[in-house]
Amino acid sequence: MAARAAALPSPKARRSPAPGLAVGLSTLYLSVIVLLPLAALSWHAHGWEAIASAQAVSSLKLTLGVSMVVALVNAVAGTVIAWTLVRDRFVGQGFVNALVDLPFALPTIVAGLTLLALYGPKSPTGVNIAFTRWAILVALLFVTLPFVVRTVQPVLLELDTEMEDAAASLGAGRLATFRRVILPNILPAILSGVALAFARAVGEFGSVVLISGNLPFKTEVVSVYVFGRIESGDAGGAAAASVVILAISFAVLLAIGGCRRWVTRHDR
Amino acid sequence: MRRISLALLVALLLPALAAGASKDTKLTLVAYSTPKDAYGQLISSFQKTGAGNGVSFSQSYGASGEQSRAVAAGLDADIVAFSLEPDITSLVQKKLVAKNWNKDKFHGMVTRSVVVFIVRDGNPKKLKTWNDLLKPGVQVITPNPFTSGGARWNVMAAYGGALRSGKTPKQAVDYLGKMWKHVVSQPTSAREGLVQFLAGRGDVFLAYENEAIFAQKKGQPVQFVIPKATILIENPVAVTSTSKHKTEANAFVKFLRTAPAQRIFAENGYRPVVASAAKGFNFPTRPQLFTIKYVGGWAKVEKRFFDPHTGVMAKIQGSGGG
Repeated sequence: MAARAAALPSPKARRSPAPGLAVGLSTLYLSVIVLLPLAALSWHAHGWEAIASAQAVSSLKLTLGVSMVVALVNAVAGTVIAWTLVRDRFVGQGFVNALVDLPFALPTIVAGLTLLALYGPKSPTGVNIAFTRWAILVALLFVTLPFVVRTVQPVLLELDTEMEDAAASLGAGRLATFRRVILPNILPAILSGVALAFARAVGEFGSVVLISGNLPFKTEVVSVYVFGRIESGDAGGAAAASVVILAISFAVLLAIGGCRRWVTRHDR
Repeated sequence: MRRISLALLVALLLPALAAGASKDTKLTLVAYSTPKDAYGQLISSFQKTGAGNGVSFSQSYGASGEQSRAVAAGLDADIVAFSLEPDITSLVQKKLVAKNWNKDKFHGMVTRSVVVFIVRDGNPKKLKTWNDLLKPGVQVITPNPFTSGGARWNVMAAYGGALRSGKTPKQAVDYLGKMWKHVVSQPTSAREGLVQFLAGRGDVFLAYENEAIFAQKKGQPVQFVIPKATILIENPVAVTSTSKHKTEANAFVKFLRTAPAQRIFAENGYRPVVASAAKGFNFPTRPQLFTIKYVGGWAKVEKRFFDPHTGVMAKIQGSGGG
């Protein structure tokens, strides 16, 4: 039983002050801001055969693969960081907390420049991974770090430690307490963060473009492929490729949403 | 509080109204990004001439293809200056630039340059000719011709260079395919490529002479070699047919082709189109220099090499070259 969900009345029982108005406004806003551009994009999409080209498929596979790895690594690393920030006390905690958001504030092309200097051929650390797939992974890890941390952190903050004490008093070890008490409570938040990180990674351009080398079949991500289509006057093909990426991303996001619902099934 | 904001509003509006009332004209220049510094200097010297007196400018810079598409999509422009002719041709097709835009003695061009090899200190791999790029282990950086219109100059320089060395057109295409296997990075723009090269990637970066000179002026450790056979880059400029200030816009374009203006371009690394303006600058001539006409002209080249589905370069990229 999630402590947070138990403390609140179930969603159905909650009353909105003006239910019709809220639904109407949300629908209108989403339609104008999100659906309209997406519809326009689909409308412009033609030249679908371009998506089936080996180059397009290769860039799509690379992007989806790396994005999934990035989302998974973030799920673990982000949770650990959130845990440290909430449960541990150490010098410079406020500093570290602010540091987490920095990748959001940095223009992504600057992130690319910085990573190139750090992990390129002239790396002061001796790590030269620029222009390989590893570079794409590192760049995406950098720009998507805040998502899981920031979705898990507030949930951990609200999590009642009494539950853990109770579990401990009933003889559960630390690992069992984490697995059976804490994890079920924070898993929905982790999944939300994973979904955000994945979506962002799929569409990322700025931080990747400098460090990846953009070699077709090797290090070309799908956003760069789409950019190439636009630049060579094939706007229809670019739109078509974008629609495919969006459809696949949407399916993945729906699946993550499904997982989220499944892990919270007892709360409803 | 309200009074203050009203006063502020009036203060903000007054200069705008005053500007509207005077006879000053404002020209909008939409250009590709490399000559930004040059245009900054050119505009202030134009304003000191009789024709430029009272003319102000709003300037927009970006990638050549993007700028061209923006104008096609409705971005207001009086003067357009692009990296290569096809970006103007696409505006001619949309009737935004007059058909006869290049029927002057400069053929619509305003600056020139050549494709060069930017190499490592002392040129350790001794890269001087296009064939040298095929030496084992040589790593080449060139922007992707599908993301950077300007990179098409590089491809045509390599192709024409192969022709000049006695290859048939078919063999020259083979050469392109082989050369492309040495390409280790395809940045989306020339400036990005320079960043990667200076970060230590590659043995040679295919670039334009003006970019190399620009980098040197900015104090970057850049050395370059001009291959014996290379392409003469020509950058076009045009007044739009939608311009509401054609007289002033034409005057500015005319000014750009005067000797003093061309010297400003030369100081910024461009080869001038007015021969006399090159005096005092070091722009070495090359025996086997050729223009885009030598490789068929832009209309043919665009179709044959850069069609995103059937072009030679699409096939070379698609075969996993690079």
